[in-house]
Amino acid sequence: MAGNSDPLTPRAKIAVTAGKAVARASRAAGRGSGSVIGGRVALKLDPDLLHRLAGHLDVTLVSATNGKTTTTRLIAEALKAAGPVVSNALGANMPAGITSALASGSEARYGVLEVDEKYLVGVAQATDPKCIALLNLSRDQLDRAAETRMLAENWREGLAGSKAVIVANADDPLVVWAASSSPNVIWVAAGQMWKDDAWSCPSCGGVMQRPGDDWFCGECGFRRPTPSWALSGDHVLDPHGSAWPIHLQLPGRANKANAASSAAVAAVFGVPPQVALERMYQVQAVAGRYDVVQFQGRDLRLLLAKNPAGWLETFSLIDPPPAPVILSVNARGADGTDTSWLWDVDYTRLTGHPICVVGDRKLDLAVRLEVANQQFQVCEDLDQAVQLCPPGRIEVIANYTAFQDLRRRVGN
Amino acid sequence: MSDNQLRIVWIYPDLLSTYGDQGNALVVERRARQRGLDVARLDVRSDQAIPTSGDIYLIGGGEDRPQRLAAERLRRDGGLHRAVENGAIVFSVCAGYQILGHEFINDLGQREPGLGLLDVVSTRGEGDRCVGDVLGDIDPRLGLPPLTGFENHQGVTQIGPHARPLAQVRFGNGNGTGDGTEGAYNDTVFGTYMHGPVLARNPQIADLLLKLALDVNALPPTDDRWYEALRNERIAAAQQPA
Repeated sequence: MAGNSDPLTPRAKIAVTAGKAVARASRAAGRGSGSVIGGRVALKLDPDLLHRLAGHLDVTLVSATNGKTTTTRLIAEALKAAGPVVSNALGANMPAGITSALASGSEARYGVLEVDEKYLVGVAQATDPKCIALLNLSRDQLDRAAETRMLAENWREGLAGSKAVIVANADDPLVVWAASSSPNVIWVAAGQMWKDDAWSCPSCGGVMQRPGDDWFCGECGFRRPTPSWALSGDHVLDPHGSAWPIHLQLPGRANKANAASSAAVAAVFGVPPQVALERMYQVQAVAGRYDVVQFQGRDLRLLLAKNPAGWLETFSLIDPPPAPVILSVNARGADGTDTSWLWDVDYTRLTGHPICVVGDRKLDLAVRLEVANQQFQVCEDLDQAVQLCPPGRIEVIANYTAFQDLRRRVGN
Repeated sequence: MSDNQLRIVWIYPDLLSTYGDQGNALVVERRARQRGLDVARLDVRSDQAIPTSGDIYLIGGGEDRPQRLAAERLRRDGGLHRAVENGAIVFSVCAGYQILGHEFINDLGQREPGLGLLDVVSTRGEGDRCVGDVLGDIDPRLGLPPLTGFENHQGVTQIGPHARPLAQVRFGNGNGTGDGTEGAYNDTVFGTYMHGPVLARNPQIADLLLKLALDVNALPPTDDRWYEALRNERIAAAQQPA
């Protein structure tokens, strides 16, 4: 808890110092922010470091398949109304990156931490969080990740009996399944466009019925819980039924959903929704995502979408046709090396947009678009694609490493 | 094919559509339409009856528990057997391939009966999961170019005397039996471990299914340059050390 001025043991202090030194060296060598390698060194010197660093903080953990980084930023911004915040704002979301982030914020009162789905249970055990926000679960990198339902089961077992307040999306049956083993859950009707990972009841395997926004299993009775918070159009409805307008610089329905969940988290720490939502307006781009950049005299909006659920939400926020679209897909280690997931994305939604494809796996995209009966051009690189795009702001949608490549090319 | 409409049935998208294999249905549908055919695609959820009048049935890969549920519901339904008796073509991938065989190991570690539509038996491998690009040579009787795909499974599938291997792998694991076989087929029922999806990587297999369903020897040509470009890239990639 907050208040203890010097909670770290000498060993922990040495670990923190050593980790920071390694991170500096890594940065100096041009190898990125250094937070992961620094955190790894620190954890090796003191395996309990994460626990010790979190000990004097009110910790919130944020996990999901999509929206972790943005929601972490929104919550961090909202909680600054109540006190200093430390956060892994750049998305280094495994134990090493989290340790490194916490080591950099010894004055903070609140810790807001994005956690990779696979590490949530372990990080929750180490950091004793006050609050855990669970946004959504869907297929992602199936060649190397756990099966989606297994992940939900891992959360369910690991969070059973957790003392944390769980803020969970009532519209995602897998998240509800995962959260409902916990005694203290706040349900948020945050919506979810992607439904194809929860047609089968996570509890009994029965076929899920989904009339309108509701859902239930016809066989075992597992059903959508009654939410106390809700996203309703451009407003957040709080538990008293008051509607608070959402003003974000970030585009799209998914970010409104992230804001609704963030407001519910902020309320756990006594920050009222109107204050929280006003502060969220400050958030502009998150690690380059949603940034509009100038490149070759054109405006490019950079959109990250890593999996079918993410692409679906992204298609819903881009400018209408004839806005030009550039798609870029890689299949390196961090992306997952199997591109089959492209076939779970409905590319007929791009009808009417001029489309250019780039990236390591542009030929997979070409076949995918051909079968979706779309017009497209296959380009060597971003420069050529931008030159071929007709006038207008260009929507650039890329998966993980493709997005990093784009940011480097445009100097963002 | 009845009343001039090709019926493509996509079996249990609620259970067996996890690895992009619905792309196989999209490719068959697209290539049929490009040949001027009237196509109806039926997506059949696992609480619905399998129609018996389809021409081509497609089944995809899925996670372990949905695989067991799908096998239970398909056995109970019985429609796929009747469709095969009616001469329908069936193309299955990964978990779906195992279900078409005599038995497989389910998520509980038990032997689960399959549909027995393909003479194969699947067990679970002891070693690491087979994950990665695959390159193979398709059974010469089928007269098709090399097989390319992406495998992601832990199954070991033995082929009995009433089925033949679909391909021999040059790179990758395929059936996981160590003898280099990949997939299996008989006159009308096909199974493979390949994702990609496999029919997007191998459009000539999609055309084979169409020819069998239509009972013709040839189809009008299509513009396959992007398929060919992708095939060349993936065939080269499969030969690179990981």
